[in-house]
Amino acid sequence: MALIELREVQRVYELGDHPVYALRKVSLDIDRGEFVALIGPSGSGKSTLMNTLGCLDRPSSGSYRLDGEEIATMSRDERAKIRNRQLGFVFQNFNLLNRTSAVENVELPLLYRRGLSSKERRGIAVEMLRKVGLGDRLYHHSSQLSGGQQQRVAIARALATSPSILMGDEPTGNLDSKTSREVIALFRELNEQQGITVILVTHDPTVAKNANRMIVLRDGSVVADTSDFQVAMRELHQEPAE
Amino acid sequence: MTIWDTFRVAIRALRKNKMRAGLTVLGVVIGIAAVTTMVSIGQSASALVQNQFMALGTNVIVVFPESQQRGGVRQSLTVTLTAADSREIANQCDAVLASTPLVGAQGQLIYGNTNWNANELSGVGADYLLVRNWAMAAGDFFTEDDIKSGAKVCVIGHTVVTKLFQTANPIDQVIRVKNVPFRVVGVLEKKGVDMVGNDRDNIVLMPYTTVRKRLQGSSFDNVNAILVSAVSPTRMNEATKQIDQLLFERHRIEPGKSKDFRVQDTTEIAQTFGIVTGVLTLMLSAIAGISLLVGGVGIMNIMLVSVTERTKEIGIRMAIGASGRDILNQFLVEAIVLSLIGGAIGVTLGTTASVGATLLINYFNPGQDWPIVISVQAAVIALLFAGGVGVFFGYYPARRASRMDPIEALRYE
Ligand SMILES: Nc1ncnc2c1ncn2[C@@H]1O[C@H](COP(=O)(O)OP(=O)(O)O)[C@@H](O)[C@H]1O
Ligand SMILES: [Mg+2]
Repeated sequence: MALIELREVQRVYELGDHPVYALRKVSLDIDRGEFVALIGPSGSGKSTLMNTLGCLDRPSSGSYRLDGEEIATMSRDERAKIRNRQLGFVFQNFNLLNRTSAVENVELPLLYRRGLSSKERRGIAVEMLRKVGLGDRLYHHSSQLSGGQQQRVAIARALATSPSILMGDEPTGNLDSKTSREVIALFRELNEQQGITVILVTHDPTVAKNANRMIVLRDGSVVADTSDFQVAMRELHQEPAE
Repeated sequence: MTIWDTFRVAIRALRKNKMRAGLTVLGVVIGIAAVTTMVSIGQSASALVQNQFMALGTNVIVVFPESQQRGGVRQSLTVTLTAADSREIANQCDAVLASTPLVGAQGQLIYGNTNWNANELSGVGADYLLVRNWAMAAGDFFTEDDIKSGAKVCVIGHTVVTKLFQTANPIDQVIRVKNVPFRVVGVLEKKGVDMVGNDRDNIVLMPYTTVRKRLQGSSFDNVNAILVSAVSPTRMNEATKQIDQLLFERHRIEPGKSKDFRVQDTTEIAQTFGIVTGVLTLMLSAIAGISLLVGGVGIMNIMLVSVTERTKEIGIRMAIGASGRDILNQFLVEAIVLSLIGGAIGVTLGTTASVGATLLINYFNPGQDWPIVISVQAAVIALLFAGGVGVFFGYYPARRASRMDPIEALRYE
């Protein structure tokens, strides 16, 4: 059984009288420990797929099993619980709470989990920040951190609940190429040394190159699913037949 | 999320925007302060009225003569109430503690070349002090012998002392009323003003027999009123009934005929005043309640703004695992904390204000002694009310926050 099993997943937005198909019958499996890049042109449905995988969104139809559990029929609160237990999220614009210290940001997901004292939460948060190389920036607020550092705080926050999957929607989109490389290196390290499954949305080939597997989307459909970077790039740049 | 954690998150959120939190709190402060002040001033007013009646002697019953219908003709000049009636009331009614006749008089008081008008110039019996629950400050009250002999003696109140004698010792001095010399035998204890502002210490009391003979020149035994005190306030009704019964028999009132006397007890008046002050309290509370409502709407308003402004934060919290309930609780607790802080400050302010108001009233109305009422019960109720306002007006914004879609919330800038 794969960690992630999507079967004929559709996501339709009803806008006025004509529906918008953000995802059309997507089926795919992702195993534990994989490093997957979701690529595709703008509007191809990458974010929609990511939100679905991240249990933030629910498919209009089809089935999504995460670790054997059906997500498509879950309630909001059940999905919130799954997000807290199993998933770690990193966003393009970091999404840290402002006017809040790094360590408090990292503690945040632990607040929504029972049975941890504030001391234990602080201990975990400090450990995670050390892991991402910010052991000396514990009490800095996000406004006092560079973009790369903010994204590291966000990664530390995503790791705080020891999730099995780490997800990022264009996590390097707001970073310069050097910090982008450092952040991707961190993802690789987590994937290789701790076996965390990593799924990233990116439009940057140099980021995609780091993945072991590339899934190319176009118009809401998977048009390529390959471990060959060249094949993926060819598919990505192929203009749709007119 | 535990309640304690929710509380800490709420406090942290409020501290991030102190100015706004302060302004929101202000609305509740005003509302709760108004409630507390109004209610305690209302309570003071009621307490004042009650105290006044206590001082008057809530257990005092007054018997008045009543002109009687005889054969359709109103005969107003008949002797109806007598000192003998007073004596029999005291002797025969077991719910009665003491009784005194009261004969009114008028006239200027003259001492040396000073003159003065007393509010009350009355002839009374030896048991007067017992009936009115009054005491002497100096000297003695006149005795039964003085009454029998119609002695020209008097007992005076505190105001009369200051007006006629200034600092001199009044005892054994002689004051003249309508050219009749009265020797001062005692000074009454100070009593202050009554609730309509009359000075109860501007009084001169003499044996009723002397007043009748010397000041009224009347040979009848009639009196203007009989003051009776019951054994205890709880036996007022019983005493009233016994007096009524006794006089009914003594005056040989035929069944069906109207009585030639009227028994009035003061609890009735006290109750009427109680209703008036009750209505007053209710009205003040209503005004205060409206200001509290305004404070509550203020909280709702600010919480709605806050929820919209913090949409992104809500999205972040949801993305990392906050349930709808967690978000609801967070905002609800924020609203409750705001209103409880407002409530606590409001109660403190309101109590201070009402104590201040009371002190001012007493300062400008010396002798009135408006009582200071600090009601712990009212404070607790006001705080509960504040919490209730927080829950009531915080719920809608909090629910709105909890129902947000995480994806859309995250996209909010
Ligand atoms: N909330 C929405 N309402 C309507 N249409 C949407 C919504 N979100 C996304 N879409 C549409 O779905 C398609 C896929 O969007 P998205 O997943 O954001 O693409 P990508 O992330 O690959 O750029 C686009 O056509 C977009 O306009
Ligand atoms: Mg996108």
